[in-house]
Amino acid sequence: MSKTSIKITSEKLDLNYCYQFVTDASCGGISAFVGTVRNDTQNKKVMQLEFSTYKPMAIKEMQKIAEATLEKFDVQKIAIHHAEGLLQIGDIPVIITASAKHRKAAFEACEFAIDTLKESVPIWKKEYFEDGEVWVNTHP
Amino acid sequence: MAFWIEFVQLIFIFELMKIKLLLFGITRDLLNANELSFEVLENINVGDLKKELHSKYPQVENISSYAIAVNESYANDDVKLREKDVVAIIPPVSGG
Repeated sequence: MSKTSIKITSEKLDLNYCYQFVTDASCGGISAFVGTVRNDTQNKKVMQLEFSTYKPMAIKEMQKIAEATLEKFDVQKIAIHHAEGLLQIGDIPVIITASAKHRKAAFEACEFAIDTLKESVPIWKKEYFEDGEVWVNTHP
Repeated sequence: MAFWIEFVQLIFIFELMKIKLLLFGITRDLLNANELSFEVLENINVGDLKKELHSKYPQVENISSYAIAVNESYANDDVKLREKDVVAIIPPVSGG
C-alpha cells in the first residue's frame, strides 16, 4: 500500500480524506498543516487568489518531497494535496498530513514538507486586489 | 577535399533543432503566450538557451529570477538540450 498521497485539483480539498489516508495502527499521532487564504497581504486587502500550476512537474516535485520526508523523519504516511484555480478568502489551497509513532516526527514532517513545497513546487499564486492583480514573488 | 570537410563542418555547426518552451505565471503574461516553439542550435545547453532567450525576449529581464526545467525536472546550466525536449521557464514559485 502506498505511503504517499499526492494530488492537485480544482475541486475543494478534502481534509478528512488526507486525515484518513495517513491513519495507521502503528501511529501515535497525526499532524496536519492546512493553508488558508488570508484577506490581506502587506496591509492590502486581497479579494481572491488564483493558483496556476505546471501540473505534471508539480506532481513529480510533490512526490519527491513526500519521499524525502518519509526518509528524513520517522513518519509512516504523508499526504500532500494542493488546489488550483480561483480561491476565495478562507478557502484551503494546501493540506499536508503526516502520521508517526511519536508526535515530534509528525510535526517536523509537516513543517519540512510545506517549507520545501513553497521553495520548489512549480505552482504560482496571483493575488487580486481592489485595484489590480499581481503574481506573488516575481518582482525584486 | 579540405574545402569539403569545412563545408560539412559548417553544415554541422549550424544544424538547428526545435524545442518546445512552456510558459507559466508571470512569464505567460510577459510574453503573451502559453508556449513557444524555439529554434536553437543543436547541442546547446541550458545556459546557452538562457542567453538566446534574453536576446530574443528581453521581457524576461523583468522577472527577478527564474529556473529552467527540462522534461519536467529542474535543470542547471550545464544540461544539454536535445531535439523535442520540453523546456519550461519556471518563474519564482509561490505555492502553499
